[in-house]
Amino acid sequence: MMSRLLKTLVATSIAFVPMAATADGHGKCTNDTWNKVMSRGKLVVGVKADYKPWGYRNSSGEIVGMEIDMAKDVAAKMGVDLELVAVQSSNRMQFLEQGKIDLMIATMSDRKDRREIVGIVGPNYYTSGTNIMSPKALGLKNWEDLRGKPVCGKQGAFYNQIVEERYGAKIIAFTGNAEAKQALRDKKCIAWVYDDSSIGSDLSSGNWDEFEMPLNSEDDNPWALAVPSKERDCVFGRFMSGMQYQWHQDGSLIELEKKWGIQPTQYLVNYNERMKDWLAD
Amino acid sequence: MYLIAEFFRQLVEDYPRWNFIWMYEPVQQEKVLSGIWMTIQLSVACLFFSVIIGIIGAFLQGSRNAIVRMVVQGYIQFFRNTPPYVQLLFFYFALGQFTPTYSPDGWLEVPIISNVGWAIISLSFFAGAFNVEIFRAGIEAVPESTREAASSLGFSRAQTFRYIVFPLAVRVSLPALNNNLVNLVKTTTQAFGIAVPELLYQSVTIWNDYPSALYPTMLLVFVVYIVLVGVLVMSMNGWERQMRIPGYGL
Repeated sequence: MMSRLLKTLVATSIAFVPMAATADGHGKCTNDTWNKVMSRGKLVVGVKADYKPWGYRNSSGEIVGMEIDMAKDVAAKMGVDLELVAVQSSNRMQFLEQGKIDLMIATMSDRKDRREIVGIVGPNYYTSGTNIMSPKALGLKNWEDLRGKPVCGKQGAFYNQIVEERYGAKIIAFTGNAEAKQALRDKKCIAWVYDDSSIGSDLSSGNWDEFEMPLNSEDDNPWALAVPSKERDCVFGRFMSGMQYQWHQDGSLIELEKKWGIQPTQYLVNYNERMKDWLAD
Repeated sequence: MYLIAEFFRQLVEDYPRWNFIWMYEPVQQEKVLSGIWMTIQLSVACLFFSVIIGIIGAFLQGSRNAIVRMVVQGYIQFFRNTPPYVQLLFFYFALGQFTPTYSPDGWLEVPIISNVGWAIISLSFFAGAFNVEIFRAGIEAVPESTREAASSLGFSRAQTFRYIVFPLAVRVSLPALNNNLVNLVKTTTQAFGIAVPELLYQSVTIWNDYPSALYPTMLLVFVVYIVLVGVLVMSMNGWERQMRIPGYGL
């Protein structure tokens, strides 16, 4: 029995080893993903479907939002069709690694350890900080007020760990935003910790009138889109850098922000200034 | 101990996708251990209650009262024919509304039944529905003549069940029960959906925070479940052997 068990274990671990060997392939550009997209005539983009208004389902079930508009523009410039795949915070990088999607534009914060897994290219198209949504009745003032209290979160958000370690909050992380926010409404936690931009649009939706965003945002962190890591320094990566540069320069990100009713961020204004065409009038 | 930690620290330097972070970082180690412990507690509690539910359900199924039989049948149909994940969400979010709560700060409403409690209740009822049917099959395998013999010796229905029918039925039911309990242990991962901090929850948290720890942590989850289910199967097999009645064909 034990030896059989051991054999199973060894077989399982051997099955996983080849992944390690082929994980990193720096060197020559083969542009596999780019060529695949071009020959197939279709770009598959991983986006959020539960993150209003960046990526969400409208009343007829279509995925729409600011990031979807960006994806549409990418496909249009490449001259290919667009297919959207809904991803979760906890599986988006794996989807990209495994080739289930060609490009990921999914509200992802740009973190150092994530750059090692997927091909993140700048300039970052957006930024947000961490804040909480909590009932006005509690009148929370400081991050310290969260110490020892249950706080709802979302699996996959990098700041769960920070809030837990820095302020001693007890994070209860759900798989989806809907479940976590329902738990807040059910008074199972005193706050919902998430991106300030998303909380801002929730609050302005009118469905959260007894709630507020009472703290100073922390850990402001730019967002990043990503291509497969092998494509980062090749055609696809360079192309996506160009797309983001253009969006900043011609002000389309600021327009999209307005179109989707997102609170204007200074970040986009600053970038727009910085990248101004010196010949433009 | 220090050498082991050093080995895994070096491993991640050489192979960046193989970050066995919980082998050298105390915070992540704590997460893994508490996750395993929660999974064990959840499994043991659900195993216990689901078997109890199975026994009671099987007994009530043989009741002379048609309403009791209908209630048991309704219970089985509901829990056997709906996905356990949906049951968990329903119990925690919908039924959780109606349980009494207490409030430590005037706003928070801490339910008396926590998410762990709901997971135990929901998964026990889910597996219990299958157990009822498993025990029923065992009971039906006990020959009518054995039952008649018991009643001719003056045993009541309850006594016949307890001393004659059930002990024989258990032996017939064990292989099928074994299967269902193995499934139950694996189904505890679904408690992840209502944020019960069991092994899968902690593992997902770790590989979200450290994408480089994805493969090692998945491997860990496999290994832990192979061991947990292995222990369960071995003890069930041992139990089966112990209860064997020579000559009864079981």
